[in-house]
Amino acid sequence: MDDFPWLSLLIALPAVGALALALLPKGSDALAKRLALAISLVVAALTVVLAFRFEVGGPRFQFAEKYWWIKQFGVHWGLGVDGLALAMIVLSAILVPLVLLASWNAADRYGGAGEPPASAGDGTPARTRSAKAYFALILALEAMMIGVFAATDVFLFYVFFEAMLIPVYFIIGYYGGPQRSYAAVKFLLYSLFGGLLMLVAVIGLYVLSARPPAQGGLGEGTFMVDQLARLDLDPTTAKWLFLGFFIAFAIKAPLVPFHTWLPDAAGQAPAGALVLIVGVLDKVGTYGMLRFCLELFPGAAKWATPVVLTLAVIGIVYGAILAIGQIDLKRLIAYTSISHFGFIALGIFAMTSQGQAGAMLYMVNHGFATGALFLVAGFMIVRRGSARIDAYGGVQKVAPLLAGAFLISGLASLSLPGLAPFVSELLVLVGTFSQYQVAAVVATTGLVLSAIYILWAYQRTMNGPTADAVKGMPDLSRREVAVVAPILAIIVALGFYPRPVLDMVNPTVKQTMSRVQTQDPAPTVAEKGARP
Amino acid sequence: MNVTGVLAQNDIPAPHIEYGDVAPLLVVFGVAVLGVLVEAFVGRGWRYRVQVPLAFLGLVAAFGWTIALAARERPPHLVAAEGALGVDGPTLFLWGTIAVLALVSLLLIAERDQSHFTAQASALPGSEAEQETMAAGFVQTEVYPLMMFAVGGMMMFPASNDLLTMFVALEVLSLPLYLLCGLARRRRLLSQEAAVKYFLLGAFSSAFFLYGAALLYGFAGSVRLSDIATAISRNTGDETLLLAGVALLSVGLLFKLGAVPFHMWKPDVYQGAPTPITALMASCTLVSAFGAMLRVFYVALENLRWDWRPAIWAVAILTMVVGAVIAITQTDVKRMLAYSSIAHAGFLLTGLVATTTAGLSGTLFYLAAYGFTTIGAFAVITMVRDAGGEAAHLSRWAGLGKRSPLVAGTFAFFLLAFAGIPLTSGFTGKFAVFSAAVEGGATPLVVVGVLASAVAAFFYVRVIVVMFFSDPEPDGPAVVVAPTTVAAVALGLAATVVLGVLPQPVLDLAGQAAGQLFVR
Repeated sequence: MDDFPWLSLLIALPAVGALALALLPKGSDALAKRLALAISLVVAALTVVLAFRFEVGGPRFQFAEKYWWIKQFGVHWGLGVDGLALAMIVLSAILVPLVLLASWNAADRYGGAGEPPASAGDGTPARTRSAKAYFALILALEAMMIGVFAATDVFLFYVFFEAMLIPVYFIIGYYGGPQRSYAAVKFLLYSLFGGLLMLVAVIGLYVLSARPPAQGGLGEGTFMVDQLARLDLDPTTAKWLFLGFFIAFAIKAPLVPFHTWLPDAAGQAPAGALVLIVGVLDKVGTYGMLRFCLELFPGAAKWATPVVLTLAVIGIVYGAILAIGQIDLKRLIAYTSISHFGFIALGIFAMTSQGQAGAMLYMVNHGFATGALFLVAGFMIVRRGSARIDAYGGVQKVAPLLAGAFLISGLASLSLPGLAPFVSELLVLVGTFSQYQVAAVVATTGLVLSAIYILWAYQRTMNGPTADAVKGMPDLSRREVAVVAPILAIIVALGFYPRPVLDMVNPTVKQTMSRVQTQDPAPTVAEKGARP
Repeated sequence: MNVTGVLAQNDIPAPHIEYGDVAPLLVVFGVAVLGVLVEAFVGRGWRYRVQVPLAFLGLVAAFGWTIALAARERPPHLVAAEGALGVDGPTLFLWGTIAVLALVSLLLIAERDQSHFTAQASALPGSEAEQETMAAGFVQTEVYPLMMFAVGGMMMFPASNDLLTMFVALEVLSLPLYLLCGLARRRRLLSQEAAVKYFLLGAFSSAFFLYGAALLYGFAGSVRLSDIATAISRNTGDETLLLAGVALLSVGLLFKLGAVPFHMWKPDVYQGAPTPITALMASCTLVSAFGAMLRVFYVALENLRWDWRPAIWAVAILTMVVGAVIAITQTDVKRMLAYSSIAHAGFLLTGLVATTTAGLSGTLFYLAAYGFTTIGAFAVITMVRDAGGEAAHLSRWAGLGKRSPLVAGTFAFFLLAFAGIPLTSGFTGKFAVFSAAVEGGATPLVVVGVLASAVAAFFYVRVIVVMFFSDPEPDGPAVVVAPTTVAAVALGLAATVVLGVLPQPVLDLAGQAAGQLFVR
């Protein structure tokens, strides 16, 4: 392993690219698009190279970098990836070029990005929005996504975690549908609120680590995750800190009582960006639960397990039921994701190796499956100018490729055996069943419900007599095929052969499992009452 | 010193002044006096051309001298001018900060083509006399010496080592500001109203301050901060006098800071004053008042911590919450920033509550960071204009992001810095004070601060929504690009970025300054 700062390069490339795009003169949209695509492809290629150079069974954090950033606060520019982080980075880096390609002709059009044409009726020419800015924002988002997964310093993680909101906020608010500013503000405030609670917890960790070792500290304030894991926290403090982190991640993921921002954001955001928001960004929540909630506060995580499992199961069923009732395609997919995030949280907090491996695999698979669904939905919306399900009907007769792609990604989403999400969902359920039978049984109903929401949506949009408005709908263009084909190929490949990903994440599973198991059982109420 | 003895000898010894150590102060006051002379003896046509470089050079010299003092092998750490001034690490940091911020504000004040100041303050608004002076192209160059006096007062205020000097500094900084507030070129009645309000309430608060100082003198037998500290630790005097004195003194200081419940003046004054003066007040006055507050509480009242802390807790919580919540309902950009400034005063107070070196250095950093961002934000406000002057109403800013993406983007960045988003100076500052407060055991206060930040984020974000996500009005305001204003915006922006991304050098400076502690 060489010392070349690969991860810094991965962050710097899209960041510099975004800046360069922003500085291009007006009217250079075509150049900007090509430049953005080229950069994202280079980043994707680099991450794939990294994935091959990653030594399974090697040191925990590989490609590690550590420099002082703000010495006064004990903050490092600390990067490094374990299997899970690298898997998430690869997922993001593969999705970004596809999203860019999918938004090629749609980003600058009102109506194209999921809003009915603004000029409808009054004869004024359709207004356009800057495609350049859209592509720059996506690149900026990519830099921050890679950073957030690669950070091994909690402060740095927090910086990326919060800074990431800004590009997303502008993407939703500037390129979204008619209710976009409401959705954007709701998204930002929800995330910011959670993030600020996390900030208190981050500060708390730092202050505790600065205490002398005799008081359970490290003698020197630090934010490095591996060092913070050595902190000897007293149970009450650990619970508070856990809550600070957990609420932030539960909002991000989103778990059920904190989820209402997602359907609104999904209803308004352009479909391309949704691939990244739901496919990658929300995974930061589940990633954070694994990396911070479980590793730093194993005792508190066990203490919270019953509540989290309950929320997760409620999310699985509730999200699925609401998905069935949606009339908007993008909102429907958003609710299915809430159901899927329930599965991921279930797997994480079941605290079995199978459950965790399943959850981690699910994080990757869900990114591809839901990403594909959003991309195809985006193609439909661009053609028809509406996201309402009842605006379609009989599409498969006029656009068989489109319908086929929708079907495959839909089937992936309902966990059909042979497609990637099946493996992960099965692992999660098996892992949960060995510990919490009731939760697993209730969660299984989610599978049945998922068949209803996907197949019914397919039936209403693709089957039946061809609606008049759909008649002239063109099938997938070559560009669009180039967007969906790779994702569908990955979904099928991982469905039959999930080994590579499982191998990558297994060390992470072992690590979290050992952290959770070696701790004392959660303190009882009596102990808590006895504390001064 | 035995005063009667000295008088009896009828031989008053010349006071010993450490000229070298207090030179930055003397330079600023000297330039202010020179400015008055210029007003008296230089012809009208030349005044502007003389005043601006004079003020500029004065501030640069003061800043340079401060740097030179701080760069010495042994930076000054002494009580200078017969016990009147404490020259120490925090003083030097605050002097440097105030001088730089005043320089940036001067860039705004000196804007000539689109002057912000009335041609003749004495002409009645709307009268013929006003029109005549306008037509004659008069320029109110008294602004510069007034500003220099105010800046001198601001530098003296946090350096004062006894309560009387502090009171004098308070008046020196306040009186010119009262005047400057009333000099707006547009909406003059609003401006004059602001001046009167500020004056009346300011006079009240000065009276509070003076009364508090008198009571403390009654308690300790001295107005020197260190003597008061000794008297408190000996626990000899009358505790009623002490507590009443501290309470009244705090009222005076909290008023200048704009902490709730002494904040009433801030929205009106910030809105009515000419925007460059608002920028000066929002940055330099805040820095100065907070510096003075730190000195009083760290030096004189340190041993009284357990008595004043609960009160400051309450004030901090009120200030953060009230500032953030009321700001939501504002529709005028300047008023909104005024409430935002109130909320930020609350965040700063959490650093004061920490009463540690970390708290001190965090507060110093926060002051510098916030000052730059504020000036930048007000500078942008001066650029967005329509026929009636600045387009202050929020609805007029609709769609600015489409018309002038650069200006709107910059303003959005300042707002994100106010909201404390990472990679801006606002985040670094907040982190510094909040972590100090947690370390000092004030975790609940920090939780309130964080929640208030979330509320505050709402109205900052709302402005961004208006600028970027709403459609422009057909007769929307135009962006007036004036070179010095652009320079001020650029400096504010650069500082906001640098202090957010690479804050280490300034954090080190603040840390060293705080590590030296206040001289006693």
